[in-house]
Amino acid sequence: MGVGVKKKALTFQELLFTLQRFWAERGCVLQQPYDVEVGAGTMSPDTFLRVLGPKPVRIAYAQPSRRPADGRYGENPNRLFRHTQMQVILKPPPVNVQELYLESLQAIGIDLREHDLKFEEDNWEWPVGGAWGVGWQVMLDGLEITQFTYFQQCGGMDLDPIAGEITYGLERIAGFLQDVDSIYDIVWAVEPDTGKKTTYGEMRLAEEEQFSAYGFDYAEVDSLWEHLRLYEAECLRLLERADELLNHPDTSKLVHRRLPILGMYELALKCSHLFNLLDARGAISVTERVGVMARIRTLILRTASTYRNKNAFDWKYDELRARQP
Amino acid sequence: MADFLFEIGLEEVPARMIASAETELRKRVVDLLTRERLGSEAMEARAYSTPRRLAVLVSGVLQRQQDIAEELTGPAVKIAYKDGQPNGTPSPAAIAFAKKAGVAVDALKIVSTPKGDYVAATAVKPGRAAAEVLATELPKELAAIYWAKNMYWRAGKPERFVRPVRWLLALLGDEIVPVGFGGYTAGRVTYGHRVLFGAAPIEVGEPQAYLAALTQAHVMADVELRRHTIRKALDRVCRTAEGTRWREDQALVDKMTHLTEWPSVLLGNFDKEYLSLPEEVLVTVMRDHQNYFAVETGDGKLAPYFLAVLNTEADEAGQAVIRHGNERVLRARFNDAKFFWEFDQRMTLEERLPLLEKVTFQKDLGSYAEKTERVVQLCKIFVDRPGVQKLGLDYNALIDAARLAKTDLTSELVKEFTELQGAIGGLYARAQGFSEASAAAIYDQYRPMSMEDRIPRTAEGQVLALADKADTIAGMFKLGLEPTGSKDPFALRRAANGIVKILAEGMLPITLGEVAQAGVGSGDEALIGKVEVFLAERLEFYLREAKGQAYDVVAAVLAVGADDVRDAVARTEAVSAVRGGEDFREVSAAFKRMKNILVQASEKKIAAAPVLDVAMLKDGAELALAEKAADLKPKVAELRARQEYRGALEAIATLRPQVDAFFDAVMVMDPDEVVRANRLALLARTLGDFSGIADFAEIVVAG
Repeated sequence: MGVGVKKKALTFQELLFTLQRFWAERGCVLQQPYDVEVGAGTMSPDTFLRVLGPKPVRIAYAQPSRRPADGRYGENPNRLFRHTQMQVILKPPPVNVQELYLESLQAIGIDLREHDLKFEEDNWEWPVGGAWGVGWQVMLDGLEITQFTYFQQCGGMDLDPIAGEITYGLERIAGFLQDVDSIYDIVWAVEPDTGKKTTYGEMRLAEEEQFSAYGFDYAEVDSLWEHLRLYEAECLRLLERADELLNHPDTSKLVHRRLPILGMYELALKCSHLFNLLDARGAISVTERVGVMARIRTLILRTASTYRNKNAFDWKYDELRARQP
Repeated sequence: MADFLFEIGLEEVPARMIASAETELRKRVVDLLTRERLGSEAMEARAYSTPRRLAVLVSGVLQRQQDIAEELTGPAVKIAYKDGQPNGTPSPAAIAFAKKAGVAVDALKIVSTPKGDYVAATAVKPGRAAAEVLATELPKELAAIYWAKNMYWRAGKPERFVRPVRWLLALLGDEIVPVGFGGYTAGRVTYGHRVLFGAAPIEVGEPQAYLAALTQAHVMADVELRRHTIRKALDRVCRTAEGTRWREDQALVDKMTHLTEWPSVLLGNFDKEYLSLPEEVLVTVMRDHQNYFAVETGDGKLAPYFLAVLNTEADEAGQAVIRHGNERVLRARFNDAKFFWEFDQRMTLEERLPLLEKVTFQKDLGSYAEKTERVVQLCKIFVDRPGVQKLGLDYNALIDAARLAKTDLTSELVKEFTELQGAIGGLYARAQGFSEASAAAIYDQYRPMSMEDRIPRTAEGQVLALADKADTIAGMFKLGLEPTGSKDPFALRRAANGIVKILAEGMLPITLGEVAQAGVGSGDEALIGKVEVFLAERLEFYLREAKGQAYDVVAAVLAVGADDVRDAVARTEAVSAVRGGEDFREVSAAFKRMKNILVQASEKKIAAAPVLDVAMLKDGAELALAEKAADLKPKVAELRARQEYRGALEAIATLRPQVDAFFDAVMVMDPDEVVRANRLALLARTLGDFSGIADFAEIVVAG
């Protein structure tokens, strides 16, 4: 065979560098991965909260994304408990956003003239986050390499301006570029002086094995429920406190500014991850499922609307201050 | 006259929405031109579309609307002229009117009306230029196009559309029409294939040059041409794999037509080892997940090939790269499926039974274990029906199937391919040594999924599918969750359609009443009645939609009974077959008349005699009708009993001469109370004896 083998295919880390450089050169701020467990790059506050409100944003980051139910003990060559998404948020989306995206493919070594490219309808939805958008899955020679979404709603609120989101599946793209059949065979890095290769398997297989075992076999259901309850209670407590403070005329600017919205959001994310763990463990019946999802949805939607209320105040405050001589 | 070309350039439109939008755009443009008096007799419109554009090309468009002469009436003559005389000096009122009408004062006329003489003028409303009309009106039409899902993209949300607009092109002859929409004003520029042509703008000189310009730019804008190209290419490329043919799939051809601007086809293959996986899984992966056509050998077995429709054109080396990529993806997908298949074999269906206790069917209806329990009981009730026992179905196989039917919901393969629920269970049952009857019943339990789908193949499968659906419907009705209007979240109409279709086309002698009774259980008569009515509505739907029967025939047939589905189908077909005959039509009309007379009499509290007294019949015509009817009654009854409805109806139609003569000669509402009551009894008896197949009064007789 060897037809598709690219001699100079990018390593996993070069792929990441190249995309980061590409988007940095087009005005994106590069952020580091968010350090709380999330199921997708969208759930990072750098997307979820920044798309709210009128302030323009261009940001890009790689986000390790945990989905306990997708774990396969490292036995399946195409499924991971944790994969890496490269997330680009452009608010508002430039007119040539699709062309920019196609240029990014050229940048990572995909010569579009040699491939079959299709934009197929795929609308994204995260009901628990009150978020949805329309867009496509980008198919390259039959492989879904990117999810492209125009966000319409987030946190249950209409967005204006909307944001464009480009989510690259880094493992898939690296596997495609390097023409390997198993994710674990992807070359992660090459030592320039010795030529020694480090593979994805060397870096991550143990993690897949152990976290699959933890999620499916070891996790203690009762304590996971208890953690969920505690995080939820803490989040609700903060939400209530924030309501009081935001509605109180005597709240000082400083207290206002320090309202821990990001803390609330993080607690809600913790709940979401615990839900996923319990789900993978097979501990949530269909009946419970709807109820627990509604509880987490409440946390996230209330956090989003508190964020908006607080920021509406901040933006107004900034505006007023800007007018002072 | 000129040609008009309009194209709206979009980011990729979802394939499923393109065809209807293309048709709608053409209709809107043609209707607009017609409404605005811009269409000539020779006007003709063609529509084009690709994922990135919708276009319409209209020939025979007028450059300008005709001027319209309009008669305006002004002030009365006595006000219009200073001396009140038609030839007098015009007053300010007349001058103002002439100005408003756009004519000279001396061009004013006098018209006489019943209210007196008035000043009038013929005003000429000049026609507007087509370009001007289109530029003003077309944007409104664009905004009104229906999309199943649309979006905002510009700040301030000025408009919603399926995807962001990227360009507009509008030409009337060789002139640009400045149509504005989505932040763009139309020009004469279009764009070609993203990859094969690139981003360079293409100038279109005049409308007729459009298609050729796009072809040059590797865009086939004509949908039918693309469809034809794809079909031909599938045939041609498939021939390179000897002894094979591609599996016909109209829906997939359609989808690929709307996913490509410049289609070509590529043959790929996969390792024969995967053929050990069930064909259903392989086809689902290829078709639903990858948009590939399956390839089969002469005997209909799956061959280790697939056909992919590309949105590009590649030489042999390029094809090799693309083929390699597609094969790699398919291999990964098949590996996944194989992994799940093998993983699932670690546990038998029997061993999965306890797991169903943890899978909720519906929160108030309990787990799938509980549903399974109920479905097993329902199967037993149905099998106990005397007519069903005669079918000689395999009782143990049926009960095994019912017990294990839902266990595949706990398998990895069904979690991955939910659309294969039931089928997977059937395949696992077969692999685990259950009888073919059990396996087939499990396999078919969700069928029919639609009006077009087939029903379960075996009697066991039909009983199981019936029991499953009856349990779901009755359970949801108990909770008050029946469908309302367009809302049917639990797809109960589909389940009920399935019941009707199984009973109509299968072999089970079970009535809708029995289904409702068994599903609800004894006790709640009101609820049983509600479910029966719901099922009868679906029978009506089935007869009209699936069987294509006329509204009035269905109403006539169901008016006398909707319980026995197969009988209702037979009666409907018989009535449809004879309704065209003149005798039948006349007899139907006469029956309707009889019914009306009886209804009116009963409204006036005029009672018919309880029993017809033949001795009292004086008139020859009434006696003839009574005798003929009495003569016919046993014959019709016998034909009915044999379900030879057409023969029975033809026999009833032979009543025509006597019926005609009766209404010509006899006055039913005779002044003599006794005669009248006896004649009403004759009508009631005749109607009663011959209305068992259908209520003929429901038949609409044309003219």
